[in-house]
Amino acid sequence: MTGSLTSLTLAETRDSLARKAFSARELTESYIAAVEATRPLNAFITETPERALAMAEASDQRLARGEARPLDGIPIAVKDLYCTKGVLTTAASHILDGFRPPYESTVTEKLWQAGAVMLGKANLDEFAMGSSSTTSYYGPVENPWRRPGDNCPLVPGGSSGGSAVAVAARAALAATGTDTGGSIRQPASFCGIVGLKPTYGRCSRWGVVAYASSLDQPGPMTRTVRDAAIMLRGMAGHDPKDSTSAPVPVPDYEEALTGDIRGLRIGIPLEYRAHGMNMEIENLWYRAAGWLAEAGAEIIYDISLPHTKYALPTYYIIAPAEASSNLARYDGVRFGLRVEGSTLDEMYELTRAAGFGAEVRRRVLIGTYVLSAGYYDAYYLKAQRVRALIALDFNQAFEQVDCILAPTAPSAAFAIGEKSDDPVEMYLNDVFTVPANLAGLPAISVPAGLSADGLPLGLQIIGRAFDEEGVLRVAEALEHAAQFRHLPGFIAGGR
Amino acid sequence: MALDKAAVAHIAFLARIRLSETELEPLADELSQILTWVEQLNEVDTTEVAPMASVAASSLPTREDRVTDGDCREAILGDAPRTVPSGTDRGFFTVPKVVE
Repeated sequence: MTGSLTSLTLAETRDSLARKAFSARELTESYIAAVEATRPLNAFITETPERALAMAEASDQRLARGEARPLDGIPIAVKDLYCTKGVLTTAASHILDGFRPPYESTVTEKLWQAGAVMLGKANLDEFAMGSSSTTSYYGPVENPWRRPGDNCPLVPGGSSGGSAVAVAARAALAATGTDTGGSIRQPASFCGIVGLKPTYGRCSRWGVVAYASSLDQPGPMTRTVRDAAIMLRGMAGHDPKDSTSAPVPVPDYEEALTGDIRGLRIGIPLEYRAHGMNMEIENLWYRAAGWLAEAGAEIIYDISLPHTKYALPTYYIIAPAEASSNLARYDGVRFGLRVEGSTLDEMYELTRAAGFGAEVRRRVLIGTYVLSAGYYDAYYLKAQRVRALIALDFNQAFEQVDCILAPTAPSAAFAIGEKSDDPVEMYLNDVFTVPANLAGLPAISVPAGLSADGLPLGLQIIGRAFDEEGVLRVAEALEHAAQFRHLPGFIAGGR
Repeated sequence: MALDKAAVAHIAFLARIRLSETELEPLADELSQILTWVEQLNEVDTTEVAPMASVAASSLPTREDRVTDGDCREAILGDAPRTVPSGTDRGFFTVPKVVE
C-alpha cells in the first residue's frame, strides 16, 4: 500500500483525499516511513513526524466536515532555510546551532494555513551557497539517481538539494526551495523533477534566512508542472512584512494549464549556445523546440541576449556583497553558536571562524572586499550597471517573444567531490540559471530527457515578470511532449 | 587583481572571521582567481548605464508608525547562547566586557 500512496502526484493525492480513498493520516504515515527510508541520502536535517501526524489529523477533521483547504493533508518537505516556529532551523550551518525561531516564515505559514503537512526540514548547501548540496555542516546530500552500472554517488545539485531528493525519491509530495542563482532549477534538473523560481516579489522572503536579498526567491519543487501550479498558489501573495513583496493578486495557476500554446512565440537565445555546450543537451534543447512547434507555438530562433556571458561574473560580485552584509548578523550574541573570547571582537572572530564553512567564508570575504572603500565602484557598482544591461536584454527579447526556452544546467549530475577543488568551475553550473535571477524573472525547469549515461536533464522556460501562468502553460506542454517517465534507482516509498 | 596574504588578513578582520596563518596563502590564491575572473566585466561599456540595485519597485512602501509586535522577550532570549554568568534569566544578552 505504501508504494501506491507515495507514487501519486500531488494533484492525484488531493483528489483522492477529497474522495476519501484514504485518510490524511494514512498518507502521512506512508510518507513518514518514506522519509525514514531516505536517510541514506541525507535529504533531511530534521524530521518532524509527530508534528506531521498532528497536522494530518487536523486535515482529516476538516476533510470529514467538508471544509477541505487547497493543500489539506499534503505532506511536504521544507528547505531548512525557512524559519519554522519552535523547530530547529539551521541553514545547514554550524553557526545556527540550536536555533529554534520564535516565529514562522510567511511562506510556510501560508502553506500550513492551506492545510499542508510538514514532514521535516530539508538539507541544503550552507546558507544556500552552492550548486551541489555538499557544503552542508550536516554532510552532503546524495542524488537518488546513479549512472546505470556505476555505484558512484552523485550530487543532487544545489542549493535546494535535500528538497529535490525528497521529492524525487518520493519521500515528500512537494518541497519548498529557494532560488538565488539557480538553487531550485538546477537541483530539479539533476533529480528529474520540476522546479519553479517565481518572479522576484511573488513569494514573501520574510522568515527565509537571507543569502542575497535582491536575488533570493522562494518557490516550489514538485513531480509535475500541475503540482508546481498548485503549490505556488499556496506560497505566493503580497506580504507587508517583505517590502519587496509585490502587491499583486495571485491567480489560480492550475486554471492556466489549458494545454493550449498555439500562437505563443518562444525564443531560442543565441548566446546560450556559446558556452562550449554539451552536444546531448543542445540536441535535447532543439528537439524540445520541435515539440513546442508541433503543439502550435511559433519558435523564434536566435533571439539575442547579448550580455549573457557577463551574468555569472555579475552574480559573483552582487551575491557575495549582499551575503557579506546579510551574514554580519551571525555574531554569537543573540542566537546560535558562540565561541567565547576575551574581547567582543575576538568573540565575533572566533565564532564566525568556527561557524562558517569554507564556501561561506570565501563568499563573505569576496563580498567584504568588493564593498570595501576603494573597490566599491570598480566591482560592486560596475556589477550593478552590468545587471541593468542584462535586465534590459530580457526586456528587449520579450518585445519579440512570449517566453524563452533554454537548458537548465550545462551538464547532468556530477559525482560528489568532483568539482570541489575549483570554486570557479563550480560556479559555472549556474551559467543558464543566473540571468533570470538578475532580471527577477519567473523560470521553471522541467525534466525533458536522459543523458547518454542515464541521468535526467532539465530544460528551462523563462517568462515575463509575473507571467507564471504563461511559464506554467508552456512548461506543461513541454512536459506532455517529453513524456519523461523515468524514475531514479532509489525510491523510498516504493514504486 | 591579485590579493596577497596581508590583504586577505585585512579583509578577514573587516569580516570578523579569524584565519590562521596557514589559511591565508590558499585563500589569497582562491580569492585572486575569483577576482580575476569577475574582472571580465571591464570589457562592458557601462558609461551611460545607471546601477540597478533591485528589480523590485524603486519606491519603498510606507505604513503608519505603530507597534505591531512585541512583548516576547522570553521567546527571543530563549535562543541566546548559554553563558556563565548568565544574563538571560535577568532579561539580558551577555557579551564580553566592552567598557573599562
